[in-house]
Amino acid sequence: MSIGPGARPLDAQSPEVQSSGVGSPGTQSLAIETRGLTKTFGRQVAVDSVDLAVPRGSVFGFLGPNGSGKTTTIRILLGLAAPTRGSVSLLGRPLPAGLSATLPRVGALVEGPAFYPYLSGEANLRRFDAANPVGHPSTRAARVATALERVGLAAAARKRVHAYSLGMKQRLGIASALLVPRELLVLDEPTNGLDPQGTREVRSLVRSLAAEGVTVFVSSHLLAEIEQMCTHAAVMSAGRLVAQAPLEELRAAGCASVTLRTPDPERAAAVFANLGLRMLPALDDELTATMPVGMEPDQVVAALVAAGVRVRGFGVTEQSLEDRFVALTGEGFDVAR
Amino acid sequence: MPARPITGALLASELALQFRRRRTWAMLLALAAVPVLVAVAVRVSSGPPSGRGPVFLDRVASNGLFVAIAGLSLSIPLFLPLTVGVVSGDSIAGEASQGTLRYLLIAPAGRVRVLLVKYAASVAFCLAAVFVSALAGVLIGALLFPIGPVTLISGTEISPPAALGRLALVAAYVSVSLLGFAAIGLFISTLTDVPVGAMAAAVVLSITAQVLDSLPQLEWLHPWLFTHHWLGFIDLLREPVSWDSFGDNALVQACYVVVFGALAYGRFLTRDVLS
Repeated sequence: MSIGPGARPLDAQSPEVQSSGVGSPGTQSLAIETRGLTKTFGRQVAVDSVDLAVPRGSVFGFLGPNGSGKTTTIRILLGLAAPTRGSVSLLGRPLPAGLSATLPRVGALVEGPAFYPYLSGEANLRRFDAANPVGHPSTRAARVATALERVGLAAAARKRVHAYSLGMKQRLGIASALLVPRELLVLDEPTNGLDPQGTREVRSLVRSLAAEGVTVFVSSHLLAEIEQMCTHAAVMSAGRLVAQAPLEELRAAGCASVTLRTPDPERAAAVFANLGLRMLPALDDELTATMPVGMEPDQVVAALVAAGVRVRGFGVTEQSLEDRFVALTGEGFDVAR
Repeated sequence: MPARPITGALLASELALQFRRRRTWAMLLALAAVPVLVAVAVRVSSGPPSGRGPVFLDRVASNGLFVAIAGLSLSIPLFLPLTVGVVSGDSIAGEASQGTLRYLLIAPAGRVRVLLVKYAASVAFCLAAVFVSALAGVLIGALLFPIGPVTLISGTEISPPAALGRLALVAAYVSVSLLGFAAIGLFISTLTDVPVGAMAAAVVLSITAQVLDSLPQLEWLHPWLFTHHWLGFIDLLREPVSWDSFGDNALVQACYVVVFGALAYGRFLTRDVLS
């Protein structure tokens, strides 16, 4: 790995990014707000002082590798687990007091779908609908039919869930989150187990819900998914929130790296250090370094020339969102803990 | 206040779920098989009454109405607690292991409501189990043996319709005596995500209580055991009816329902649902 954990480019700047993204709007406009949210299991810290701020009307991507604390955070948001420390407010109401008033307005898919295997898809939805105090029993059948229609399961409605594929169960889970009109949808890995076609359908479903004004909070370990449908994103790593901002800002805040070809590497390195560039391991006569946010490449060249460094080649590489994601969460397949 | 109709909807859904399950029907069938086996065994052997075996077994051959009583008293120590333990032990733990508990809670069903509805469904199963057992006894008894006036323990003779009334009383007694156990099962069910473990623990407890109840050294403990009055329904077969054991039994069961209901409430309301 080229970037050590101590040298994560965004670590240093995340407060700055955060403030411009979500600091200004009042609590009223936040669908989800957590302060210092912490959850420990025994000695293991699963969620560590997380301050989430999800603006209403956003499609908020919640990114992080497996085991980074996303699902635990979602469980706390939905009142399934109690935080060890910190506070949560959902749709403007503090939890856990506001839970019964808020949850009917929240649809959720948590850690994969779960159903009564011996019941049909339709009967499963009727059961969850019966558990919701919102929505009159006389219109239950219509609600269930509409929700099944919306996720393309109308044809399999009377089949036992036992016979459903994982993708069908996932769709049924989304249908159950859509039984009544919601203000907030919390979708934990909604495209898990779906084929590419299903993934696209979920994306377009999320977009159409967002167009209706529903706030969508969607977690994923796949950056591509978040990139394609989200307006905002937050990144979790090892239980901590390491970045949170509108997606555009996250993209723009990506620090570029410069590559310099020169016969005077020592002098160049000194110039880089002066300017605050962070050196990456070098090849023969090629130096690579990341620029701090806001620095223009021309400044670097000017400084190099002024210091008498012979510049034989100079290149600028913009960091992709994926590079940043990897930089934030660490590379490789190792589960965080 | 929408709470009332909603609890009704959830209860209706829970009962439909429970009584549509094959497992429930299998257990009810097994309970119905007990009096049938008793009746067939007595009919086939048809020897002179030996005086041993469950209460009234020796009177079955002379009057079919005793089949139901004999069947119930055979089921009380093991089969009834076994099936009630399965249902109540599975109530919360089963939903948790299946993952449906989290979806019920975010629906949101409300934790108190889930607990109440689950206990109500267990109680409904107790009633159904005793009713099926008694009904199967009456039917097979009427089929295989003569039906006539019934001689009570006190020596009085009552008509068959009056005897059916007494049988209904006995069924009510047996149902009530399972309520405390169902509350224990519910509590155990809130402790774990492994339904089989909860079921086994509940059944083992019922057997342990009966073993303790049979140890004379522990006599001071006996009145507090939820199994202590399980076979006390005999007092309902006297003339006039002696209500003492009915009252004692109801009181013990009520205590167990209150204590274990409160424990289940305390545990379930604060518990993290992580399955």
